Amino acid sequence: MYKFAKVLAFTAVAALFASPLFHSSKALASGGAEPLKEVSWNHSGPFGTFDRAALQRGLQVYREVCSGCHGLRFIAFRNLLEIGLKEAEAKAIAAEYTMMDGPNDEGEMYERPGKLFDYMPSPFDNEKAARASNNGAFPPDLSLMAKARFGGESYIYSLLLGYEEEAPEGVTLAEGMAYNRYFPGHQIAMGPPIDDEAVEYVDGTAPTKEQIAKDVSTFLMWAAEPALEQRKRMGVKVILFLIVLTIVLYGVKRKVWADLH
Amino acid sequence: MSGHSSFQSNNAIINWIEYRLPIFGFINDSLVVYPTPKNLNYWWNMGSLAGVMLVLQIVTGIILAMHYTPHADLAFASTEHIMRDVNYGWMMRYMHANGGSMFFIVVYIHIFRGMYYGSYKAPRELLWWLGIIIFILMMATAFMGYVLPWGQMSFWGATVITNLFSAVPLVGEEIVAWLWGGFAVAQPTLNRFYSLHYLLPFVIFAVVFIHLWALHVHKSNNPLGIDIKGPQDTIPFHPYYTVKDLYGMGIFGIIFAWLLFFAPNLLGEPDNYIPANPLVTPTHIVPEWYFLPFYAILRAVPDKLFGVIAMFASLFILFALPWLDTSKVRSARFRPVYKMLFWAFFINCFVLGYIGGKPAEGIFIIVGRLSTVLYFLFFLVLPFIGWFERPRKLPESISTAVLESSGGGGSSDGAPDGAAAKAEDRG
Repeated sequence: MYKFAKVLAFTAVAALFASPLFHSSKALASGGAEPLKEVSWNHSGPFGTFDRAALQRGLQVYREVCSGCHGLRFIAFRNLLEIGLKEAEAKAIAAEYTMMDGPNDEGEMYERPGKLFDYMPSPFDNEKAARASNNGAFPPDLSLMAKARFGGESYIYSLLLGYEEEAPEGVTLAEGMAYNRYFPGHQIAMGPPIDDEAVEYVDGTAPTKEQIAKDVSTFLMWAAEPALEQRKRMGVKVILFLIVLTIVLYGVKRKVWADLH
Repeated sequence: MSGHSSFQSNNAIINWIEYRLPIFGFINDSLVVYPTPKNLNYWWNMGSLAGVMLVLQIVTGIILAMHYTPHADLAFASTEHIMRDVNYGWMMRYMHANGGSMFFIVVYIHIFRGMYYGSYKAPRELLWWLGIIIFILMMATAFMGYVLPWGQMSFWGATVITNLFSAVPLVGEEIVAWLWGGFAVAQPTLNRFYSLHYLLPFVIFAVVFIHLWALHVHKSNNPLGIDIKGPQDTIPFHPYYTVKDLYGMGIFGIIFAWLLFFAPNLLGEPDNYIPANPLVTPTHIVPEWYFLPFYAILRAVPDKLFGVIAMFASLFILFALPWLDTSKVRSARFRPVYKMLFWAFFINCFVLGYIGGKPAEGIFIIVGRLSTVLYFLFFLVLPFIGWFERPRKLPESISTAVLESSGGGGSSDGAPDGAAAKAEDRG
């Protein structure tokens, strides 16, 4: 046991040694920007679960603010049941959108209200259309945003609150660009998207910009990793099982080897 | 694996089969009564662990292949389909992606263990060669697998690495176009990488089999690095090492499960969650962590062709190790100079890995070049060490060494394991 503990300790040291490797480009990716804002997420840690109310508020923020420019193409309306919406509510949301379907028996394409199996429609037909309406910039799809940037949902949160009204001295912003402390290079084509009371929450929560940023970041984390809760729940069980199994195996190992000397 | 088995069963059916196909004798000889040195320490757990990881990668990979679409327009979305809509698809994918990392960790430890205890020396040179072939095949497989999700890092990693072949004089560009199946990394590249990524693991499986065949001829090396002198030096593989391997697998499983369930994206690059875009180059193109030391060597040389040569040389020089090492003593435990050299080499590999993940600028270039020189220096110095080094006195046999360290075999509570451990602890 002592020997194996030594091996483990050694491996741990090696892992520590190696850990900067895994994050090597983290500091670089943020373009030398300041460290991200600290947020405590309900879904972090081994026992973390998504805050359902925050998810539903985040959905509201996405629909009322972000969806004007950003798509969410991997989320279907049926997925909204997972964040606690009733089937009727999700159906009602889907029905607010118009979907192109077809061809029908006459060979014609036709429009119909959205159904649960439909995916969230993107605001623009294609990248060119998006750029044309956004001063040449292409608003990225948000489905995986919380996993596609170093810092994840904390990066989204920081970015949303990281706008400065004026660029610091010595920085000249290109036309139509805004200054953001957390964006790589600091010049971002997206203007400050949220402010206090940018939405009026249906559940009555006070819509401070911090609240809005936190809710929509939570929502986007869920959109990027919908299986997060299932994964963590399972992880706790698997690891507990493995610990018990390993203790038993250690006992068996000792018993078997005991007759050797 | 060789010769006639002494296997006998009381069961008539088993004997009937055995007479026609000696499969039970084969299993019995190679996994049950197989004589194994009695003093193996926990570093010897890595072989069976690597085997388990290979099987796990193949199983999860086959399941992923049932849901994945190898098309440039659909690959990214089909990966997300696996993550979102396939039952436990997220688990299969995270297990496969992190399993690759765990597989490499295990294999790297396995290789370093072989180097420390001189497992590559006669008569195990071909065993060592087969191991390196497996390692190279693993690297090719992992590289092509990383391309399949068709994210930004998939695409640009594939572009950078395949472009290395353009350094070949005269026909470089033609080779690259041939690898790509076109004039850029695109649909034909993805499709053939998928095909080869499915094929290579089975090739690895076959080479692993030959690796084991070679192993079972002269049996495992051991921490003392001395030959097995007789039956008193060995114990049957089962139950002693089956249970020891299982216990190690438990510990390994806990670490793996932690990564898989609580930090599945720790070792990945966020850029790979952005769909591949040939028009946008990521700021920093970084390969997966297990390639970083070699990537550092590649970039340490200012000339493209010689950088590529250096990188491949750093891998292929391992084939020469059995002959570069002129010492007759295997284990570093009895080789004071080699031991220091080994640890310097070991640490240098981590430095190279660190540099490989950094941008090629400023101090990182200097350190990278220095580390690259040190890497090769190890192999250049090695022959001379064997000539002037005075090894410590080797024990007479494995069993005497084990008995000595356990104080004549007295066994109080806790002693058995401790006794075996003490023997390994020397040095």
